Amino acid sequence: MLEVTLLAAFYVFVLASFVGFEVITKVPPTLHTPLMSGANAISGITLIGALLIAGQAGGTVGTVLGFLAVVLGTINVVGGLMVTDRMLQMFRRRPDEPDQR
Amino acid sequence: MLDYPLIITTTYLISAALLVVGLKQMGSPATARRGNLLASAGLLSAVAITLLDRAILDFRTIAAGMVVGAAIGAMIARTVKMTAMPQMVAIFNGLGGGASALIAISEFLRFSNDRSIDMPLETSVTIMVGTLIGLVTLSGSFVAFGKLQEIVATRAVTFPLQKTISAALFIGIVAASVFLVVEGPELAPFLALVAMCLLLGILLVVPIGGADMPVVISLLNSYSGLAAAAAGFVLNNTILIVGGALVGAAGLILTQIMTRAMHRSLLNVVFGSFGAQASSSSDGGVRSRADVPDGNPEDVAIMLAYAQSVIVVPGYGLAVAQAQHQVRELASLLEARGVNVRYAIHPVAGRMPGHMNVLLAEADVPYDKLFDLDDINDDFERTDVVVVIGANDVTNPAARDAADSPIFAMPILNVDRARQIVVLKRSLSPGFAGIDNELFYRENTTMLFDDAKAGVGKLIAAVSEV
Repeated sequence: MLEVTLLAAFYVFVLASFVGFEVITKVPPTLHTPLMSGANAISGITLIGALLIAGQAGGTVGTVLGFLAVVLGTINVVGGLMVTDRMLQMFRRRPDEPDQR
Repeated sequence: MLDYPLIITTTYLISAALLVVGLKQMGSPATARRGNLLASAGLLSAVAITLLDRAILDFRTIAAGMVVGAAIGAMIARTVKMTAMPQMVAIFNGLGGGASALIAISEFLRFSNDRSIDMPLETSVTIMVGTLIGLVTLSGSFVAFGKLQEIVATRAVTFPLQKTISAALFIGIVAASVFLVVEGPELAPFLALVAMCLLLGILLVVPIGGADMPVVISLLNSYSGLAAAAAGFVLNNTILIVGGALVGAAGLILTQIMTRAMHRSLLNVVFGSFGAQASSSSDGGVRSRADVPDGNPEDVAIMLAYAQSVIVVPGYGLAVAQAQHQVRELASLLEARGVNVRYAIHPVAGRMPGHMNVLLAEADVPYDKLFDLDDINDDFERTDVVVVIGANDVTNPAARDAADSPIFAMPILNVDRARQIVVLKRSLSPGFAGIDNELFYRENTTMLFDDAKAGVGKLIAAVSEV
């Protein structure tokens, strides 16, 4: 019973990895840095796990660890997404207006 | 009566779809920004819906943690310089790995404190894996940050028995994990495991030299994804597994692209200590600056102004000097005179994949002027002038012609095939690979010994006078 749950989780992991390979192989080198910081923000999804841990109201140690995990995860998600957006808005095909300098 | 678990799982499914579509749209500069927003929406909805989980009793800790984290994250994201992007990604990788490790550690402590519940086998195994990957990512990323920020030695640092110690640590980690899985959640061996994992992360990154940082960052990025997936296995949470697997795949692909661009295997990068060996063996081969005449900016300006086609090859020296805006200004001047100016970007230019493209985009260089190695390499022989700014190894013809060179077979930009070559560089000092570059001594090469920013500034002034 439990082994089935674990196996199902592996199914998800393997298939998601294949999707990841397919989608990301097509990203051009120009976008590799934003891709990396964006992917990095997505790895901050571990925040969800942190929420579950922090919300369990265990002992003091548990609360401290949970709090830290939430802080680290949130920095990762918020910082990663914002900096990716900041980079991507700089990518332009042609400058919108002629150079004034 | 609302079925919370069903609502949560359904939302996770939608989030996963948003992440995949978002990543897909990141594949083109025109849609990338929207892709990032979609991924953000996916993350946000997954986080928001998780708060409905009935296991969550205490919202104060969560709220406080999220406010603090969001404030710090937003501050870093707004203020970080584009040149410092590799350091920032390294730190964020480390934090993500740290958060994943803390989840595994918390779960362990929960079972350790309350011995009335048995720890199921798969939980204990996933806790060990999650702790290992998460902590190695954490400490390894901080060492990488230190190297990129030049707080610690950027060269490959090696000491006797390094590999033996790393191997012994790894065996120790496996032994402690097996003991904990078999004997149950004992605190003392677990703390030893935590210490060994942190030490292993440090030992794995310390021997890697500055030139290999693009590989290390990509690899740590992959680890941070795997750490999140491992945390997903610990908690049996699908969206964590999906998100983690996507990031793990992204990091691995970039790692592969980087090692291929350096013509090295991943094992060679991780265990080869490339920078340390090369620098000690070939210092004598580098000629002194007195052997090479210092070029004159006015002559170069005339050469550029009357050229039909110019290719700029930017390297890390440009990034360090923050000369991207000056380069763009020079290109505008030349373009106004009808010169076709393009940029050739080597995959490992800069200190992380795609770093140079971001710097030039920051200086308003349109992305369709930036060309990848394969797309522009055949055009060098039809190019009047190539301007190499702060780049070295990626232009070294030895990689193509000299079978005994340490960088032989590394893909290079065929700069030497252009009619005229201008190299703007502070000195003749070798690049990361620690070897001399024959390009600098050619008949049709003009050397301008200057800082990238000051040197391009002089060229701008000289071209305006022509």
